Amino acid sequence: MSSTREIRRRIRSVKNIAQVTRAMQMVAASKMRRAQEQVLATRPYAEKAWELLNHLASQRAADEAMHPLLEMRTEIRTVAMVLITSDRGLCGSYNHNIIHHAWRFIRELPYPVHLITVGKRGREAMWRLRQTIVAEFSNLPPQPRLLDVTPIAQVVIEGFIAGQYDVVYLAHTDFINTLIQRPAIWQLLPIRPLFLGATQVSEQHQPRTEMAVTEYLYEPDPRTILDTVLPRFTELQVYQAILEALASEHSARMVAMRNATENANELLADLTLTYNRARQEAITKEMLDIVGGSEALARLRGERSAHRAM
Amino acid sequence: MSPLRCEVVTAERIVFQGEVDMVLAPGVQGQLGILPHHAPLITALTYGELILRRAGQEDEYIAIGGGFMEVGPHQVTILADSAERAEEIDIERAEAARRRAAEIMAQKRREDADFARAEAALRRSTTRIKVAKRKRKAGGKP
Repeated sequence: MSSTREIRRRIRSVKNIAQVTRAMQMVAASKMRRAQEQVLATRPYAEKAWELLNHLASQRAADEAMHPLLEMRTEIRTVAMVLITSDRGLCGSYNHNIIHHAWRFIRELPYPVHLITVGKRGREAMWRLRQTIVAEFSNLPPQPRLLDVTPIAQVVIEGFIAGQYDVVYLAHTDFINTLIQRPAIWQLLPIRPLFLGATQVSEQHQPRTEMAVTEYLYEPDPRTILDTVLPRFTELQVYQAILEALASEHSARMVAMRNATENANELLADLTLTYNRARQEAITKEMLDIVGGSEALARLRGERSAHRAM
Repeated sequence: MSPLRCEVVTAERIVFQGEVDMVLAPGVQGQLGILPHHAPLITALTYGELILRRAGQEDEYIAIGGGFMEVGPHQVTILADSAERAEEIDIERAEAARRRAAEIMAQKRREDADFARAEAALRRSTTRIKVAKRKRKAGGKP
């Protein structure tokens, strides 16, 4: 029967799909774990660098000009945004979420926005939305090292220092846990040290940290050290953002693939049922044919013998 | 003598964590030796070898590619741009990188951007070779 053959063919293809998606799910799961480990590994450095940065920034003499990477500009003309997406699809709503989040943010800004996209998906989406893309990075290695992402930070630092951009935002997906990834946008440049905010107010009430009490010697001098710390710190932030985004991408893909596998299995159960029913139907029909045939024969024979008897 | 708590971290990992008696680091203004009870200090580091000395144990050699060091009376924290322990260095690769850099420097003019890059690469690879050889020598001695 053509219909049972057709169903059988579908069952086979659905089985294949389920196998492929299950494999992709496993791969994504292991990649996610690795990306998470990488994120965790950057924490000690990030914490120390942040401490150092806050300390150095608070050391500034009153008459000294603020470091360009720390200075809030009064007049904002152009804004840059680093948008981190993935190169590949099949990861559920991961790219859609971050791109839409970023797009809403861009539309609400009263300034022109220049984009630096990381990942092909973001580039394509922003290109379709007719946005200005000034730089594009894609095909990052699966486990990027700091060196792989420094060019991205370099582009924004140079643009910011040269006055091309007055604020730089970074849009990426925060990895919260395997099921939740949240799109996030925050200000990358100018860097806003903590001492400018709440800590200064509460300084008298709270016991000061060790960092704040000790008088440090500087070699060569705080300003020179700050000059090197700030770009490093920005690079680090971009690096961390990319790793977080990577972990999010893999977990989004893992969940998407798990759903796909489950759907395929459900479909498979449905199809198997339909197949069995069709097969049973075919058998019944065949049986009926045979029975009908033999009955007809028997009737025929019966009629003949009745003739003869007459 | 109370030892120093020493941590060497890069953006990618913790390279060393433990107690040492002395730290020798390549500061931007020359080699620095840090003993316990040193005055608090923050300094920038350059390419070079970082030596961690421990009583009764072999010295730890780490090739670092610049960074910062924060010194307190009982602790030293090094934030390195890159850091490799001597035993992790692939000496052949370092040699190859050094030759490549030297070649580029021989071809390009001094004001070329590639020249500066090659010069940095040369310094980096030379440091790595030096550090890796140290370990080999130290390991050879009983």
